[in-house]
Amino acid sequence: MQDALERLGHDVLPVDVGADLVQRLTGAQPDLAFVALHGRDGEDGTVQELLEVMGIPHTGSGVSACIRAADKVLAKHAMRDAAIPTPDFYAFSETAFRELGAAHALPAIEERLQFPIVVKPAGQGSALGIKFARTPGDVPSALVAAFSYDRKVLLERYVAGRDLAVSIIDEEGTPRALPIVEAVPEQEDFYDFEARYEIGRTRFVCPAALDEAVAARACAIALEVYALLGCSGFARVDLMLEADTDELYVLEADAIPGLTETSLLPQAADAAGIGFDELIERIVAAAGAVRVA
Amino acid sequence: MSPHSRRPRSTARDIERYGALFAERTKVMKSSAMRDLMALTEREDVISLAGGLPDTSTFPADSYASLMGAVAAESCSRALQYGPTEGLGQVKRCIAEVMRAEGMEADEDEMLVTTGGQQVIDLVCKTLVDPGDVVVCEAPTYPGAVPTFSTYQADVVQITMDRDGMRTDELEATLDELERSGRRPKFIYTVPNFHNPAGVTLSLERRHELVRIASERELLVLEDNPYGLLRYEGTPLPTLRSLDQDFIVYAGTFSKILSPGVRLGWACAPAPVLAKMNLGKQAADLCSSSISQYFVSAYFQSTRPPSWEDYVRSVNEIYRRRRDVMLDALAEHFPREAEWTHPQGGLFIWATLPAYIDTTDLLARALEDHVAFVPGRAAFVDGRGGSDMRLNFSGVGEDDIREGIRRIGEVVREQVELYGTLTGAAPRSAPRREAVPAAPAAPAAPAAPAAPSEPAAPPARTAHDPANVLPLRRKRA
Repeated sequence: MQDALERLGHDVLPVDVGADLVQRLTGAQPDLAFVALHGRDGEDGTVQELLEVMGIPHTGSGVSACIRAADKVLAKHAMRDAAIPTPDFYAFSETAFRELGAAHALPAIEERLQFPIVVKPAGQGSALGIKFARTPGDVPSALVAAFSYDRKVLLERYVAGRDLAVSIIDEEGTPRALPIVEAVPEQEDFYDFEARYEIGRTRFVCPAALDEAVAARACAIALEVYALLGCSGFARVDLMLEADTDELYVLEADAIPGLTETSLLPQAADAAGIGFDELIERIVAAAGAVRVA
Repeated sequence: MSPHSRRPRSTARDIERYGALFAERTKVMKSSAMRDLMALTEREDVISLAGGLPDTSTFPADSYASLMGAVAAESCSRALQYGPTEGLGQVKRCIAEVMRAEGMEADEDEMLVTTGGQQVIDLVCKTLVDPGDVVVCEAPTYPGAVPTFSTYQADVVQITMDRDGMRTDELEATLDELERSGRRPKFIYTVPNFHNPAGVTLSLERRHELVRIASERELLVLEDNPYGLLRYEGTPLPTLRSLDQDFIVYAGTFSKILSPGVRLGWACAPAPVLAKMNLGKQAADLCSSSISQYFVSAYFQSTRPPSWEDYVRSVNEIYRRRRDVMLDALAEHFPREAEWTHPQGGLFIWATLPAYIDTTDLLARALEDHVAFVPGRAAFVDGRGGSDMRLNFSGVGEDDIREGIRRIGEVVREQVELYGTLTGAAPRSAPRREAVPAAPAAPAAPAAPAAPSEPAAPPARTAHDPANVLPLRRKRA
């Protein structure tokens, strides 16, 4: 996106976040911070909070929306409370297991969610740490794996079906859902870390071949999630279309979706006739920055 | 468009357009499974026990300058020029000297100078492997070989190892089975000395067995020997090449005894095979670096200390101490549930953790504590190795080794305790206090999931049963 910003006529200072972030930004005094970070501190509102303290406008969602989206547990509770469909789940901290005997509740959880159960870290953006537990014997090692990435984990009912992503961008203050992308891994049995980032490992279908009513429903749900979490600028909502029931379930929302060559939002924008440079320009515009001619 | 404008980044349509042009072989090209995690292991604030880097910090800088000065003074234009594909005669004489130190004699016309030992693996595959051909190697295997095998679309069959190296009985049984299905491997790849990553050494008995198997079945064996001279204890064993030359392709390198930066290795192979490899190299890079070849030649000819043998002895002493520090630290900080090899040389120790710990996930946790290793999966083609890890002791100093192992041990014990909590098994994560005797454990056997107790049917549940608050025995997966 640095290239795109430069083509659009902006002076771009690429900043890799590190210990000197605040000093560098204080010295540079940018008009706008284009946030393109991945991982915990980039997506969970930490950087956004620093930018707001420094009075630097930034692209994308604000602090609270990032916090709500980055924490899958928070997001799912909010969705459940708002009657937005999301797979049944239980969430625990490591403390619950170490100090409160939560392991003794696992049989009940397994019975309620039914196998296979997806065990995932609460705050991890890619598929790292996500394990499938097919039997009770799988659950402990799956939890150990998930706790490698976060102190809080989710156990979630597995929804077998189609993996859909609805990207949303703000257009003059109104969120717009872009054409839906369906991710079909070529080799792995689900959309894992390698498939996410390797060109050629996943087949993307955009717009997804969906019944019109289903597509409309998916977009409507995604926009509901976008509003519920307080997102702004752009975001992506991942859903599963359950094979047996045609029901849609929200897996998670990404307040800072990727903008790499294999990322879903640029693909969706492309399908809507919005080229990459234009996409970047709209994101910048949505942040309220003045575009240099 | 200004001269400094760059092309727009690819969209999905572009990716599809180029994707249609990609060769079939690129679709199976696997990057290292932990590529993005591994990128983090090189951060300056991370104690990296992950890399396979030899320590080049003790090579005297003034010697280097003097040698390059001599090259410049005596051979400037030739060093800057292309050379013959097969390599320069003077480098081959150095190679002969190195091989003689390991009990091998080789004529110059049996040698092909390559760009590192890595290129030997590539050229052997290029020469021998058609898509779908079988290549046999150890389990685990050198992680750097896996992408090469994938590039040539080889069907890789891995043979279990134990403390004496590749299980030749299993090799023979596997070859019989392949033969029954009408398949004949193109070659067997082995790292017999101080195996990367397992650390073990192929026993003398099994060396004879392997040579016999190769000879009887007329199968080529690629003997990859980068670490043969890095021995810290025990008695050197004859190389496979010194036992037989008809079916051995020998790969050597200057990377570990001098410098990986010179990018010089070599192959010794039966003449028809070498001729094909020569053609393959010509197509790949025309020739190895002339500058590097003149440098190595000058180094070997120089009377200025250290001699190449003395230099190897000096780094061996450094590596031996570091190995011992790592072994002591493992004994102190790793829990009883862990096992590891005791290499008599080389650069690596292979540790095996309980089956319920995934070392890829463990690496993510370890990086939070600024320490890194190579997860075992990198050394397998079939997803095994999930509970193994490779630990390198050549790349950092003794203090960092101690601290690095302490940090990893802490994380491992944390996961062992957590698993014990989750399963109701008594936590046994206390670190060993006594030193582990020098008895290498069997590495890399595919581990069945650990079960804290015998499998038992869970209590019958009805839809209305409340949560069963008693600790239940876990079913085996």
